[in-house]
Amino acid sequence: MKYIITLSLLTLFLSSAVMQKNTVSKPEFANFQADSGKIIYETYCLPCHQEDGTGVPNMNPPLVNTDWVLGDSLRLINVILKGLKDTEINGDSFSNEMPSHDFLTDNQIADVLTYVRKSFGNKAGAISPEDVKKQRAKK
Amino acid sequence: MRHLILSVSLATLFMSFKPIDKTPNKAQKLKADADNGGITLPKGFGAIVVSEGVGKARHIAVSEKGDIYVRLSKLKDGKGTIILKDTNGDGKADESKGFGNFVGTGIAIGNGYLYASSDSSVSRYPMRNGIPDESKPETIVTGLELYGEHGTKSLALDDKGHLYVTFGAPSNACQEKNRTKGSKGMMPCPILDWHGGVWQFDANKKNQKHADGFRYITGIRNIVGLAWNKEQGELYGMQHGRDQLTTLYPEMYNAEQSAELPSEEFLLLKKGSDFGWPYCYHDRFQNKKILNPEYGGDTKTQGICEGKDKPIMAFPAHWAPNALMFYTGNQFPAKYKNGAFICFHGSWNRAPLKQGGYFVAFVPFGKDGKPSGDYEVFAEGFAGGSEIKQPNDAKARPMGLAQSADGSIYITDSVKGKVWRVIYQ
Repeated sequence: MKYIITLSLLTLFLSSAVMQKNTVSKPEFANFQADSGKIIYETYCLPCHQEDGTGVPNMNPPLVNTDWVLGDSLRLINVILKGLKDTEINGDSFSNEMPSHDFLTDNQIADVLTYVRKSFGNKAGAISPEDVKKQRAKK
Repeated sequence: MRHLILSVSLATLFMSFKPIDKTPNKAQKLKADADNGGITLPKGFGAIVVSEGVGKARHIAVSEKGDIYVRLSKLKDGKGTIILKDTNGDGKADESKGFGNFVGTGIAIGNGYLYASSDSSVSRYPMRNGIPDESKPETIVTGLELYGEHGTKSLALDDKGHLYVTFGAPSNACQEKNRTKGSKGMMPCPILDWHGGVWQFDANKKNQKHADGFRYITGIRNIVGLAWNKEQGELYGMQHGRDQLTTLYPEMYNAEQSAELPSEEFLLLKKGSDFGWPYCYHDRFQNKKILNPEYGGDTKTQGICEGKDKPIMAFPAHWAPNALMFYTGNQFPAKYKNGAFICFHGSWNRAPLKQGGYFVAFVPFGKDGKPSGDYEVFAEGFAGGSEIKQPNDAKARPMGLAQSADGSIYITDSVKGKVWRVIYQ
């Protein structure tokens, strides 16, 4: 029974991914990346950072109006790879620890970060799987 | 006749106050704001906005004189507590002053002192003529380990000279790697040695360390709403249940199950109790403590959780009960006497489903010290709007509760620090 649920969930994810692909007529690389990034965001990031990326006051940091997202892309990649804890952001402190998400592939990390950097009103450049790969090799 | 006796005894009570305290006379003249400050209350109740915003408010205490002390989670003009005074008796604060230079959650007035906690200490100030003397702080508990997750120190005083302090667990479920998919729960959980419980200290002894305290109860993840029940002579607390069942175990829990599990538990904290965290969570649908998946649980197996102490009431998941107060006043109708008020600060871990909580509940209590009926929504509408998708949609979130000498109750908000005074007319 559980397998059926898992399977149907998988099918759902896959089919929505395919549908999103199909709706992009002339897929620019970054747009396509962001679409696949949205699915990863909803699975791994949304529970804490919320649907609109504003986080939870005192607990989970916002992903909007912050240099952590808009600034240095290598530092941002490191947050995904290594997690983050006890860091003040825009003068506010947040109690919950962000766990490492190094189980995501280079492509998945690039996709989700590109999505975050282009969503919720954010306007920052895309992140490539090569950047993630280089950063992962450093640790 | 009953009313007459009640009025007479109330009048006697009022007259027994020192002449300097004119609050009771003025209290009769109190008028609720036309819109009750944006919140909805049961018939006969009204609310006055004491302050539109003192900062990022946490817990609150009200002195005999009616002065209001609000703790902050972020310094405001270098101060960590705000004192509000209503000098003309209309219920609204007309004086606001900072006090103390440290932020934190806990605050209580007792033993002739004002007690306040930071995340690493508990201090107190002697009350002189009803006002705490800021120049004479005493450190009661000191040198506590600082940590972010569940690091706030709620406190309560009993009537036997004890101070109770929550030491929340710096963890979700004691995994080897916190909140990390695939990471196992540590067995036994080493966090429980020094955290995940409530410790009892001497309320009058200076410079106690964590080790000088006594682990009064264990097996909790976090308790923010902590209160001494004078009538029962017992401590009670509100457990924050674990997060992220579906994120960490998608094969066992779907988004809906994860939004509805586990219970937020109302706990009677009898000395020596063990409520089972991190091995167990409470499932209100099965009315059982269930083994956590980090410890081999499969949504049904109880295992070692069978013998753990149960809640006296179970609430829906993730509502974040951040304040607990037993009502001992005479202003409200009789059914409220000795019952419990609870601030549900409001959820975040129900996303992507709509959030829950964001209201103040009332739980009627029987003489046996247990709920005598289901909970009721007492005050709601804090967040504004009908559906809260994410916490930042909320205009206000109820965070702290206090009762004043005349039996009014005060509610703080953590977003802007709005303070309401609820009266019965």
